[in-house]
Amino acid sequence: MTRTAYKYNDIIHRCFRCGYCKFPTNWDDVNNCPAYARFRLESYSAGGRLWLIRAWVNGELEWTEHLAKIVYACAACKNCVEKCPLSFSDEIVNMVIAAKNEMVELGLLPAPVKSFLKNIQLHGNPYGISAKKRSQWMEGTRVETYSNQEFLYYVGCEGSYDTRAQQAARALGELLLKAGVSFGVLGKKEITDGNEVGMMGEDGLLEWVVEKNIKQFKELGVKKIITLSPHSYNAFKSIYPKFDGKFEVFHYTQILSDLMKKRKLSDLKEIQKKVTFHDPCFLGRWNKDYDSPRNVLKSLKGITLVEMERNKKGALCCGGGGGNFYTDILGGSEDSPARIRAREAADTGAEILAVACPNCLTMLEDAVKAERLDDKLIVQDISEILAI
Amino acid sequence: MDAVYQALVKIVGEDYASNRPEELFTYSKDLGTSEPKFPDYVAAPKTAEEVQKIILLANKKKVPVVPLGGGMSLAGLALPLQGGIALDLKRMDQIIELNEKARYVVVEAGISNGKLTAYLHKHYPHLMHSEPGAPPAATIGGNIAIHGQGDMAHPYGFNSDMVNGMEVVLPTGEICKFGSCSIGSGWYTLHPLPDIGLFLGWNGSTGIITKISLRLFPCKKIREMDLFVVEDEGLIPDLLYELTHVGMAEDLIAFTSAIPPFMDGVHHISMNITGDTEEEMEFKRHLLLDGKLARYIQDGTGGIGAVSQDIQRPQISKSADWKKGGGFEYVGSIMPVTAYPECYRRGAEISTRHNIPYTVLGRVIGSAHAMMFSWSYAFNRADPETVRHAREALHETDSLVLELGGTIWKPAVFGQKLMMDRMDSNTLQMMKKVKNLLDPNGIMNPGNWEVNE
Ligand SMILES: Cc1cc2nc3c(=O)[nH]c(=O)nc-3n(C[C@H](O)[C@H](O)[C@H](O)COP(=O)(O)OP(=O)(O)OC[C@H]3O[C@@H](n4cnc5c(N)ncnc54)[C@H](O)[C@@H]3O)c2cc1C
Repeated sequence: MTRTAYKYNDIIHRCFRCGYCKFPTNWDDVNNCPAYARFRLESYSAGGRLWLIRAWVNGELEWTEHLAKIVYACAACKNCVEKCPLSFSDEIVNMVIAAKNEMVELGLLPAPVKSFLKNIQLHGNPYGISAKKRSQWMEGTRVETYSNQEFLYYVGCEGSYDTRAQQAARALGELLLKAGVSFGVLGKKEITDGNEVGMMGEDGLLEWVVEKNIKQFKELGVKKIITLSPHSYNAFKSIYPKFDGKFEVFHYTQILSDLMKKRKLSDLKEIQKKVTFHDPCFLGRWNKDYDSPRNVLKSLKGITLVEMERNKKGALCCGGGGGNFYTDILGGSEDSPARIRAREAADTGAEILAVACPNCLTMLEDAVKAERLDDKLIVQDISEILAI
Repeated sequence: MDAVYQALVKIVGEDYASNRPEELFTYSKDLGTSEPKFPDYVAAPKTAEEVQKIILLANKKKVPVVPLGGGMSLAGLALPLQGGIALDLKRMDQIIELNEKARYVVVEAGISNGKLTAYLHKHYPHLMHSEPGAPPAATIGGNIAIHGQGDMAHPYGFNSDMVNGMEVVLPTGEICKFGSCSIGSGWYTLHPLPDIGLFLGWNGSTGIITKISLRLFPCKKIREMDLFVVEDEGLIPDLLYELTHVGMAEDLIAFTSAIPPFMDGVHHISMNITGDTEEEMEFKRHLLLDGKLARYIQDGTGGIGAVSQDIQRPQISKSADWKKGGGFEYVGSIMPVTAYPECYRRGAEISTRHNIPYTVLGRVIGSAHAMMFSWSYAFNRADPETVRHAREALHETDSLVLELGGTIWKPAVFGQKLMMDRMDSNTLQMMKKVKNLLDPNGIMNPGNWEVNE
């Protein structure tokens, strides 16, 4: 059956499958598309995926669980967008999301994607943990709930529920307090930002989430938001304005970078360590901010910042985007992008792999352990490094 | 469960073997106008030993095996014409050895040109290999399997002339080495042992190349492209003769195209020159521009198009989107340089007949011993009529190549047949004997270079 409603019927055929999209900016290797890196079959490359989507929407191929797996294996990292030389390149990830829209409409989804979305609907988070437990991360901290402070500190699902990411959420809270920033959190009232819901093609649920958040933010008088996760940053910055939700949005590294410039975070400990930084896709390629996290790290005394071969717009994604941190389609192999990235980080000789995203934090920490590199390399969120 | 599939899973692991419709669909198509040809299986081995096991399995089960590199050759050469196993070699992508002083690198055949270039750039910036103008995902193995040419075609010849040694899995499963590496003496030369290499230019129909030693060349610090333009295509052969006499350029390409309109009928000669110092550059520029081109400028027949341009990695995939249609295919030919004017004129006629803006290009090989002349035809993948036109134009061009005294390069099956129809019958029979001897079960990329009588 043809899918006439598919939004990109007029351009999807324009991919030549030349394979530029597999490379990073420095042409280092063909494995800079996380899904292709993991499976190394053409079907999982950005071009292969577009050709398969086209075949499906044209009725040449039937939907199968495997087709859906290929489509949902896209981590929405935008490496393809960066590298494709053709004029429609900006739309590549959108073409994949639009295919997910169609699958959602038909109710044809891989099981973990279904449960991700169901959990969001039921609990406001993908983990399926009760909304009541959302504020547990802040127990024992001096972080307050939001009531007209200057900033809303939006923690996000990982920071709220994932035990590892909670540490980063707490560290950031402490730092902001230390710097005297006026902020509060939503605690139990917080729900998902919807970024991954959108990336997974569930537009109806996205709308529901976004409207609910906007209503709450507006009722509370929120004007400025600091996010722990670049995914939330992207949602509030790029998706919410389309629903009339206009806020001043900052990723926390932008706030910290500014605070350090103004010397409001000056009594930080000196750390004599070699550090490498992993760019999160939703801060980097999606929002073109490669400097803020680096500025923070560079202004820390004692730190030597070394770059991985693939960095900034050429960085290899950890493989957690597009909901993959939960669905784990790209996991389970030494070719999982997070494990490749862990090896790259270790190759720099760094002792700390710094991240600025709770998704990357959990993905890369697991990868470092799987690679048995944890005796020489630790993964830390920038907030944690500063809070030491 | 399918026994061949299960055996493949056992050899390469579950992630890298498939008989699912999605992979079969993906590997049934290439980038050009070829009709889809479905494999029955897809496998992506990591080592020569895995390739060997797959070949032994294929012999046992009488299943064809079709090697695939980047899949960029466009002419359907890696499509499984008779089904079987599509063997994606891109996981075999390691750099095994680089001998700086002897200027060679040993790589696994599935490595991309992009990766090798990046590696050299980073670790040996004073060395380079001859990279084809193809998308960088094209593999070294695929390129030499079709006698490709690239940056160093002028003055060193085909990329397959730059091979110092090879490891090949024969169609019967033996792993063989060719060149000095076969006697344990390193990978520095293919000669002077008796010539038993029967794998270059065979489109993978006589074996699977798994390792290659490639010659590297000095990569100078400064690189630039200079452009010379003339309106009279009749001048191109003489110009190329003159320019190759001084031997200063690394790459010489004559080209023109209907789009953009200012290029229409204007023949550009791009000259890539390199040097370690400004002095060296100036010397080369002087020999080429003042020594050989000044007189064309003086008599008003030619002019400098540009000097000292950066040499960019070619972004040729853009030609695929001229018709906003994601497709193009070209006929490549190996031609005497003297044929340039006729190649251009007749090619433009074919293009006009099929309502495709013409794009033609002649890359000099050796000291103008020949050129690779190509005619590109863009099409809209979503419009079967334009695909049909491009296909017909390609076929007409194949015939034109032979009419003009050329040889079709990386011919599709259609072009292979045209050439074999004209081939000296003893040569043809020799090809047949070679193929039968090496591949008694006819499993290797069947349909390619297949002698039927
Ligand atoms: C825009 C564009 C520009 C191009 N410009 C050039 C150019 O300047 N110079 C040039 O030479 N080519 C050019 N090409 C053609 C082609 O892309 C290259 O020759 C490329 O290097 C082929 O390599 P591949 O890995 O893509 O081969 P594939 O297409 O995968 O394979 C080519 C053939 O070799 C066989 N094969 C592949 N790997 C092996 C192996 N390891 N052992 C045995 N057989 C094997 C396949 O079965 C097939 O028959 C161009 C193509 C495009 C699309």
